[in-house]
This record gives sequence, structure tokens and C-alpha cells, in this order.
Amino acid sequence: MPAIEISPAAHRILQLPASLLQALLLLAAGAAFLWILRRRLQLLRAASPQPRLDRPGRRLLRLLVIGFGQARQPRYRLAGGLHILIFAGFLILSVRSLGLIGEAFAPGFADFGPAYAASKDWVELLVLAACATAACRRLLLRPARYHDRHATESHAREALLILGLISTLMVADAVYDGSGLGLRGETGGWREPLATLAAGLLGGSETTLLRAHLAGFWVHNATLLLFLCLLPLGKHFHVLTALPNVFFSKLEPSGAVKPPSYREADFDSLESVGVGRLEDFGWKHLLDAYTCTDCGRCSDHCPAYAAGTPLSPRMISLKMRAAAYAHYPVFGPVVPPAERPALVGETIGEGELWSCTTCGACEEACPVTIEYIDKVVDMRRRLVDEGRLPATLQKPMAALEKRGNPFGKTARQRGRWAEPDGEEEPLLPALDPGEAADVLFFTDSAVAFDPRLQRTAAAFARLLRAAGVEAGHLGRDEVDSGHEARRFGEEGLFLALREQNRAALAERRFARVVTTDPHAMNALRHDYGLERPVLHHSQLLAELAADGRLSFSPLADRRTYAFHDPCYLGRHNGQYEAPRRLLAAIPGLRTVEMERCRNRSFCCGGGSLYLFNEVECERRMGEIRLEQAVAAGAQVVVTACPFCLINLEDAVKTSGREGEIEILDLAELAARAAGLATPAAASGG
Amino acid sequence: MDIYVCVRRVPDTSEVEIEIDRSGRALEEDDFSWDINEWDAYAVEAAVQLKERLGARVTALTVGDEDDEEVLRRALAMGCDQARLLSDDVFAGADSWVTARILAAAMAEPRPDLVLCGAVSADQGRGQVGGFLAGLLDLPLVALATDLQVEEGSARVRHEVSGGVEHLVDLRLPAVVTVQTGLNEPRYVSIRGIRKVAGVEIPVLGAADLGLDPAELQPRVVTEELFPPPQGGGAEILTGSGEEQVERLVELLHEHGGLV
Repeated sequence: MPAIEISPAAHRILQLPASLLQALLLLAAGAAFLWILRRRLQLLRAASPQPRLDRPGRRLLRLLVIGFGQARQPRYRLAGGLHILIFAGFLILSVRSLGLIGEAFAPGFADFGPAYAASKDWVELLVLAACATAACRRLLLRPARYHDRHATESHAREALLILGLISTLMVADAVYDGSGLGLRGETGGWREPLATLAAGLLGGSETTLLRAHLAGFWVHNATLLLFLCLLPLGKHFHVLTALPNVFFSKLEPSGAVKPPSYREADFDSLESVGVGRLEDFGWKHLLDAYTCTDCGRCSDHCPAYAAGTPLSPRMISLKMRAAAYAHYPVFGPVVPPAERPALVGETIGEGELWSCTTCGACEEACPVTIEYIDKVVDMRRRLVDEGRLPATLQKPMAALEKRGNPFGKTARQRGRWAEPDGEEEPLLPALDPGEAADVLFFTDSAVAFDPRLQRTAAAFARLLRAAGVEAGHLGRDEVDSGHEARRFGEEGLFLALREQNRAALAERRFARVVTTDPHAMNALRHDYGLERPVLHHSQLLAELAADGRLSFSPLADRRTYAFHDPCYLGRHNGQYEAPRRLLAAIPGLRTVEMERCRNRSFCCGGGSLYLFNEVECERRMGEIRLEQAVAAGAQVVVTACPFCLINLEDAVKTSGREGEIEILDLAELAARAAGLATPAAASGG
Repeated sequence: MDIYVCVRRVPDTSEVEIEIDRSGRALEEDDFSWDINEWDAYAVEAAVQLKERLGARVTALTVGDEDDEEVLRRALAMGCDQARLLSDDVFAGADSWVTARILAAAMAEPRPDLVLCGAVSADQGRGQVGGFLAGLLDLPLVALATDLQVEEGSARVRHEVSGGVEHLVDLRLPAVVTVQTGLNEPRYVSIRGIRKVAGVEIPVLGAADLGLDPAELQPRVVTEELFPPPQGGGAEILTGSGEEQVERLVELLHEHGGLV
């Protein structure tokens, strides 16, 4: 037993008993923290409703995997690894920190036994090392990810402050523990390396040791409470909100956009549409803004950011948070909406909103499951409702309304793709109302009308015929799926188109729907709620190949093929395997994977109405993607989406790579390998 | 301030194979889709912007039948306060002159401070109604406006004159102004916007309501025949590689005096 009482509980500081001082500190920090938190919650309470309490089991699972499991961190090896270390340290050391608060009231409270003492000492050492590495990255390596092109202020100082505070906690505890060892005449050795190091540095004088012991204790406890109050003032609010944010994350497929309102199902009777001010967002979308850590993973994956458009997804979160903090200040009244800069149009620019292709790369990359697509769509809804649709989109939108397709073609031209020149009978019959087929081929507008894409539909139809699939299409009764109309914020137009298609579908009998357009598939699955299975042609073709109904011969060429994952097939609908199975079914086909493949795939520029969308940019997304394919050593890029085909073929032309690299739809490749290629489709190879 | 804006429903003939109907005086309309005349959309936008800035009552007018009501709805959805459908059996076959007479009669009460028309319609392309209207109302006219600034009681208008020259004129209101495309950026009208004004009542005014004598509404211009222009000669499709085509093109341009 030591000669003097070493527990800080027994020592007065500034004449005050330790328990009283600790109680005062707790009270002050608690009051400040709750005061700030109340302001933060006030905005969430003023926000729009968003049902996020359903399916608690699935939510808990997400919390365990993405939250506690940090599943999305390792995408960035070093930064993710450091974060996992600091997060694990946070969990383990929070027990210790609470223990030290209790120690001020009851001597021995912080003693959780030698096993915990040893492990927490090692963890503190690791966390210190992680903090030092993280600070070096911030100060010396300065990764581009932390410096957004569109940012007006940097969060580097805040990040360094927090790293400093965390390090202070670690050092203070080490000093406290180390001096404790010295006062008790013990040595920690390798069991407690950090405390032992501190003890060694402090020397043997009892007075010094006791002073260091008390200083370490109070510095630790005061820093902890200061840290708590700083959290809701900056980007480290995520320490508190990240886990709830993951728990409340969107469980619906990412390809499904939120309805305009959760309160009112009838669109026409809504008083206002979309998001025009902060409080129009759902509460979870505001929690997203509180949770953003400015890590930049979203923008690092965003094709629009890479192409130099005005969009950087992280800036949406950061600007939302800045607006939230400014309009709901810690002190003073809430700023009324009329006195704020317009959220949509000023704070968040129209150019930013029209630049998003809804590819979902940002959401897939976000370690704390922040949503972007629904927010963008909601803000676009408001712009459209106020008539602020870019001029280049007005004609295609009007054509969708008047003629059911963005190209302004007449309905009677819609089924013509199935009647190519030189064919005696249609490649696929148009089903009249009342008629039946096993498979219904929904072409959607681009495939029906674009001459280049008509060839992909023809190739697919030939494959269906060769495999003996009983199939048909809607002919002139099909209108545009409305997938992009909805995502551009024109909900009323989408609803009108859906009604027409639903009526056309209801008049015909079929077991399954198939489409070569992942956007159409996504619409039919998630926006239409069709009760029959909706397949992508890659799935049907892979199935036919597996059943032996289609057989392929080796291709004559010796080129290298790479598959480009379309966003709405892969990320939004989780289908990565069917197209690869189909490629594998072609004997001898040499394939490579691009670095950005599967759920990290890089959007080629967007489909349907995006073909008309003119956004200021430095480069075309398609060109960037093409370079990635070339870098992977591909000579043929195989896509499974009509718009990827158009965008990438355009990129081949604009980057002067004609004859060097070919873009093919999966159906065209399969038709070649099945010996069904038409002269037109074969000419490219 | 009372602003009248005259609009017209015209067919979109793009992507349609143009066919002349059996009468020989009109087109097959089966595949047409119809919308507000493009120039008129700019006129409506100009009127609504003036209303938003200065405060005004904007009335949209069209001469036609119940099918033409749709363009008045569009004008309402863009922000016009009211609309009048000028419709009567005796209006059938109205030429520009008769159309202007009907419109002028509809502006008797209240008298306009400003009348805005599209410079020309996409279907007939005559560009006459605005001029006739100014004459009938005995108001000054500025045609082909490319910029319009209005202050209380006066307007400053930039407009095109021949030879690519533009005039800047100041005029006292009331006046008639016909507008060019590009004057502004007409706002988008969403489906929801149209539905929101579906319930707005649009009065239908006939000849009697407007105090017009049917005898005075005889068209002075009558279509005799409609026919595609006869095929001319001299068209040539250049073949060969890109370079060969360019060489031949330069040659041809030199031959015909296109390049000096």
C-alpha cells in the first residue's frame, strides 16, 4: 500500500472537493451540450415526416454490419484502417473514460481489473499512433479527397483539433496511469507499455508523481467534457449521429425514389411539391447532413465531380449543414425562411442538381449511409414545379407528354425496330390487346426509336427466336417508362406515362417482362410495382445459355473484352453476375475487369433525358470511362444498357479511338457468338 | 395595368410524314401533336414577368374551338390571371384580318395598356395579326421585339429591322408589341401545373358577346390549294472518303461563287 492516498477523489482542487468539482464540470458541460442538442433537434422536429422505424431487425443488422462493423471503411485501405482503429479504440476507451468520471466520486471506480488495464493501455497506444498517422496525412500527404474543388472553407483545422483532443485524452490517461504505477511502486512492463513509458519519463519523486497523477486525471476529464460539447458544433457530430444514421438508413432499394410526400398519396392534391427550404427535407435527410464527416468518399466516386461539373455530392451535405447551423443558431431565434438565401438555386445551385445522373456511386461509397439521389430528386421536383427546367429539356419533356417519347416520334413508328429491311416477317410480334406471350419485351423509347439501339433490340429478338422463346412487345401502345422523367422531378408526367403503360400491360397476358434497358427494368420493378418478374436481358440470356437453349461458338477475333456495369443494373439492382455468366458461356472469350467495376462502376453519363441535358463540364463522363477501359487493356467494351452504348460510342468518336476499341451490347455479342449476327451488327467487328 | 396576350394553338409537324387531305386545302392531322405557338410562349412569359415585377392583370386570348382551350390552360399555368376563348361557328375559316378583328373586339373592356403577340405563328407564318390589331385598336406597334423593358406608362423596346440591325425605341403605352423567340426563357409548365388550373373557368365569347356582325367577318384571304413544293434539280450527294468529299465541296463552292 502506498504511503499517501492517490485517488484523485481524496484531493481538493482550488479548495474544492473532487466530487464537487467533477459535479460542477458535469453540470456545466451537460447543460451546454443539451442546449446545443436541443437546437439540432428543433430542426429535425420541424422537418417533414419520413418513416424510418419499420423493419427493426434489418435496421439492427445494418447497424451491426455498417455501423459497428465499419463494413464500408476498408474501401480506402489506410484511411479506413485508421478509422476502424480509432473507432474500436473509442468503444473500448469510452468505458475507461466513464470510469475516470466516476473515480472523482468513488475511489477505485475506474479499476476494471488488470486485464482491462492492459488492453486499454495497448489500445491507447494504437489510437495515438493512428492519430499521429492521420495528422501526418492531413498535414503532409494532403490527399486530394480532402480538398473539394467547390469548397470555400476547409475542415482541416477542425480535423486536427479533434485529433489533438483525442491524443490529449490518450496522453493524459497515460500520465495518470503511469504516475499511479510510480506512486504504488509498481511497474507495468510490456503489459502496460504506454503507462510504463509515462512512469519512466516522470521519474521517481513522489511530489512530481502525485502532481502528474492529478493533472493527468483532471486534464482527461475536462478534455472529455469539452470534446462532448464540441461534437454538435462541427463535423464530429458524426461521433454521436453516425450510428443512428445507419440505423435509420433507407432500406428500400437504392433504385426506388421516395414519393413526393409520405402524408398525402394523391399527387395532385399536394399543396407544394419537393424541397425548397430546409424544413421541406425529411428529418432523416437532415440527420444525414449532421452526420457528414467531409471525408469526400462520395465526391471521389462521383462521375459528375470527376467530369468537372458543378456537382460535388459532399458539398450538398456540407451546405445543408452550414444552412442548418446558420438558420438554427445555438443562440438567438430561428431565421425565418423569407430571410434566408434560397436553399435551391442559391445555396445549392441549379447546375449542381441537373448534373447528377443518379448513378448512386456516392451512396455506395458513403461509410455512414448518407442518401443523395432522393434529395436531388426532391429539389428537382421543386424546380420543375416552379417552371425552372433547363431549356434543353423542355422540348423532350413536352414530347414525352404529347407523344410518349422524348424524341417526338409518332406512336406508329414505335414498333418498327422489329421490322428491319429485308425481313419478311417481324422479328418479334406486337401483341394486340387480349393476346398472350410467355415473355413480354418492354423496349422503352430509346431502344424503340434510335437506329443504333434498334440493332441491339433486333439482336436480342433473334436470340429469343433462336432459343424458341415465345415473346412479344407492346407495339404502338407502349410509351416511355418515365424513369428519367420521374428522376428529373416531373412526377406528374411520370404518373401519366405509368398509367398508359399499366393499361397497355393489363390488356395483355404474359408470365415475365424482359427489357434491354436497366432504367426501364428499374422503373417497372420499383416505380410500377409490377407483380410479375421483370428481367434484364442479361438474366434471360444467361438463363437460356445455362439451359442449353442458346449455344455459342468461339469468336474469330482474339480481342480482350471488358464488361461495363450499368448503374441501374448493378448498383441499383444488385445484378453483377448474370452478364458475367453470359460472357463466360462464350468459349474462349478473353475478358478483363476494369478497376472501377461492379459496385464501384463509373457512370458513362446517364440515360434517356440525360442525352438532352447540357451541363457545363470539363470532360465527358463517357470519355473518362473509356480511358478506364483502355487502361484495363480492353479492346471491346460490352455494355448491357442502351445509354451506356450511346455514351461510350460517342466517347470513342470524340476521343479519336475509332477502329481501336469497339462498344457492344451484350445481346449483340451473344448474337455474334450464336452465329445470328446481322450484316449491320457484324460490320463493327 | 392590363396586359392582353394573344396565343394560338399550332401543330407540331416534326417527325410526321406530311400528307395533304382530300380537300386539297389542309393537312392530314392524325399524327399531329398540338401545342402553344412557340413565339406566343415568349409573349406569355414576357407578360407574366411584367406582372411579377410591376403588378398587372394578364388576360390570355385565343380564337378557336374547344380544342384550343388547352393553350389557354397553359397560359394560365404559366401565370396569366384569366383567359377568354373566342369561339363561334361564324369564326370558322378566319384569316389574319378576321382574327385581329375578333381579338380587338375582345379588348374593348377594359382597354389594354399593353398587347403582346408572338411575332408569327409556326403554321401559317404570315406575321400579320399583331399589325392588324394595332391598326384596329389605333395603337402604336413595335414588331419583332428582342428586348422589352416596361415602366409605368412607357416601354423601351429593342427590335429587329432588316439587315441584321436592331432599333431601340421608347414608346408611350398603350401599345402593341409582337415578340421574337429568345426574348426570355419561357418557364416550364409541369403536368401538375396544368392540372392546378384545370378548374379555372374560361369564358367562351361568341360574335354576339363581342358585338361583332357576322357579315363583317368574311375572310379576305382564302386557301385555294395546298401542295408540296415541286422538286427542284441540282442536288448532289458527295461520295468517297471524308477528304475527297471536302475537296469536291470546296471545288463546287468555288465554281458557284460561294468562296472568294
